[in-house]
Amino acid sequence: MSVLRSAKNEPLLISLVVTLVFIFCGDAFAASTDPIRIGHVAALSGASAQSGEAITRGLSLAIDQINADGGLLGGRRVELVQRDDESTPPKGLTSARELIFKEGVVALFGGIDTPVSLAIVPLVNKEKRIFMGVWAAGTGITRNGATPNYVFRVSAVDDLVDVKLLKYAHDKLGAKKAGLMLINNPWGQSNERGLVAASKADPSVEIAGIEKFENNDVDMVPQLARLKDAGADVIILVVNAPPGAQVMKSRERMGWTAPVVSHWGISGGRFPELAGPTAGEAYFIQTYSFFGAQRTVGQEVLKALEQKYPQIKGPEDIVAPVGTANAYDAMRLLALAIEQAGSTDPDAVRTALEDLKQPYEGLIKTYAKPFTPGNHDALGPEDYIMVHYVGDKVVPVN
Amino acid sequence: MLVASALISGLGLGSMYGLLALGYHVTHAVSNTVNFAQGSTMMLGAVLCFTVWVTFGWPLSVAVALALVGCTAWGILVERVAVRPFVERGSNSWLIATVALGIVVDNVVLFAFGKDPRGMPPGILTTGAFSIAGIKIQYLQAIIPVVGILIATGLQVLFQSTGIGKALLAVVQNKDAARLMGIDVERFIVGAYALSGCLAGIAGILVAPLFAISSTMGTLFGIKAFAVAILGGIGNAWGVVLAGLIYGVAETLITAMLGSTYTQIVTFALVIAALALRPDGLFGRAEVKKI
Repeated sequence: MSVLRSAKNEPLLISLVVTLVFIFCGDAFAASTDPIRIGHVAALSGASAQSGEAITRGLSLAIDQINADGGLLGGRRVELVQRDDESTPPKGLTSARELIFKEGVVALFGGIDTPVSLAIVPLVNKEKRIFMGVWAAGTGITRNGATPNYVFRVSAVDDLVDVKLLKYAHDKLGAKKAGLMLINNPWGQSNERGLVAASKADPSVEIAGIEKFENNDVDMVPQLARLKDAGADVIILVVNAPPGAQVMKSRERMGWTAPVVSHWGISGGRFPELAGPTAGEAYFIQTYSFFGAQRTVGQEVLKALEQKYPQIKGPEDIVAPVGTANAYDAMRLLALAIEQAGSTDPDAVRTALEDLKQPYEGLIKTYAKPFTPGNHDALGPEDYIMVHYVGDKVVPVN
Repeated sequence: MLVASALISGLGLGSMYGLLALGYHVTHAVSNTVNFAQGSTMMLGAVLCFTVWVTFGWPLSVAVALALVGCTAWGILVERVAVRPFVERGSNSWLIATVALGIVVDNVVLFAFGKDPRGMPPGILTTGAFSIAGIKIQYLQAIIPVVGILIATGLQVLFQSTGIGKALLAVVQNKDAARLMGIDVERFIVGAYALSGCLAGIAGILVAPLFAISSTMGTLFGIKAFAVAILGGIGNAWGVVLAGLIYGVAETLITAMLGSTYTQIVTFALVIAALALRPDGLFGRAEVKKI
């Protein structure tokens, strides 16, 4: 001890103390200044690239505003880290792993493809990482049976959308027999169950027939002819843009004029260009439209989008608006939860999301306790609107 | 109505397969080799036509001409790079070499054209239509089978009634004897690959308005067209076209009668059954070798 106390050893002692302080407090110090990284796995290329771009815009805008207001948790900046899932589940899963284990993201945002999100859900629940769905509507994404469940969504839900689609077909188009045209993948299956259940619950529209097709099918005339033969007076479409366009072309080729009521997948690509002149005859669901009277938040977001993206001159230039709107609101809700939790600990953030104390006036609506332990979907049928294409623009149906 | 509609649709679809399959026939007839990247060549035709017409804004006629020139040149390149070096050494590696070259061109197009599928602007061929017995038929649906039949007829005439055709037959039967008779065998084989590329280009340009144009659009077409070529008897131009029509009609009828779930299962099962009964194809003849 006397050796240590000697004046000769004083610098050594100070160095030792400083080193120990860094060793024991370094993590805490770094954690308090490191940026909060948010991951985004979505289709950033390929047929649904527009959906990924739309989500990116919504997230980026919200993050810019959060950072401009001083960041989160006492000044930590928020960073967006993106990966392209190329609309394939294996690629999406690999990207999600990379974002969690390599990039250390606090939370993940998903994209348009239900199969990709379904592939990621078990991983995030196992690794205890928040996953926020902002487009893919597969019912099983949030209602996945996991306890605790780290998956939340600010988007439509297939089962609820299916009720809305049939109700719209009956109430507005006078349809009595629906022909289902479904993509042959888990998303199509999810909606098949939802549409059949919706028809059983409200028999005003019965299911005339169920047809499936592949992404690369050129000609859907045989499937449509079967539905027509079965007496269908409306086509219910569940598919993304390119094969959806093939359905519209096939319908046009066979000269069938039955109205088309579609899930929102067709709004994630170049549907008007691919489908041709009949693109506007498909009515589809959205959660938000930048057209018409906007609340204060809507006006501010539109203005901010115009400033950030010079190619946006007005609502007509916002491609796939639902992706932007859902992502914007979801990011703001996540930020509120992180602040309420007082940390980025996934369990604390999950608990905060399930019991948000402060209402949030968002783009789509004012969210008052949007999530509960039993409900991880912030939007319901009352938040859905019907739209169609006029030229390249998504416009609400009058 | 259901069956008639499926028939019309199947004839259109089958004509596309037949047209593409003719490319396999041409090269096989002359060199006993095929370009397994035929689907990629078809895609190249569609992409080139779209790019020149829509992206560059040049006249459609120029776009079609440039696309066909491009596909013809590509066919020549395939022969020089992926077929000839292997055939000269008596190797069958041209099989995988043509597949690999197809993957290369698919990815080059993916990089240059982008992953976002594009659509041809609507025109009179896709918006205009006529009716037969209450069934609507688009002009393009009627044009594709006509083009296929005309090309098959042209090839048949070329092979059977012209000096070039006789020289080609000589090349097919015995290359060494053909050389001794002064026939430039290599030139004929290059010509066959050029023609094969051109035919794939025609198929691509005709299919483009009915489909989404992307770097992957030719993959499934190429596979089905090869199945059609084998089914018809790859040495018989008419057989290939007819097999295309049969395959297309079978696909749509199975979908119409049984539902889309069974389409691929039943169609390919039928192809296997047909080949088991007639190994040289429905319209092919067994090759006779004189010893």
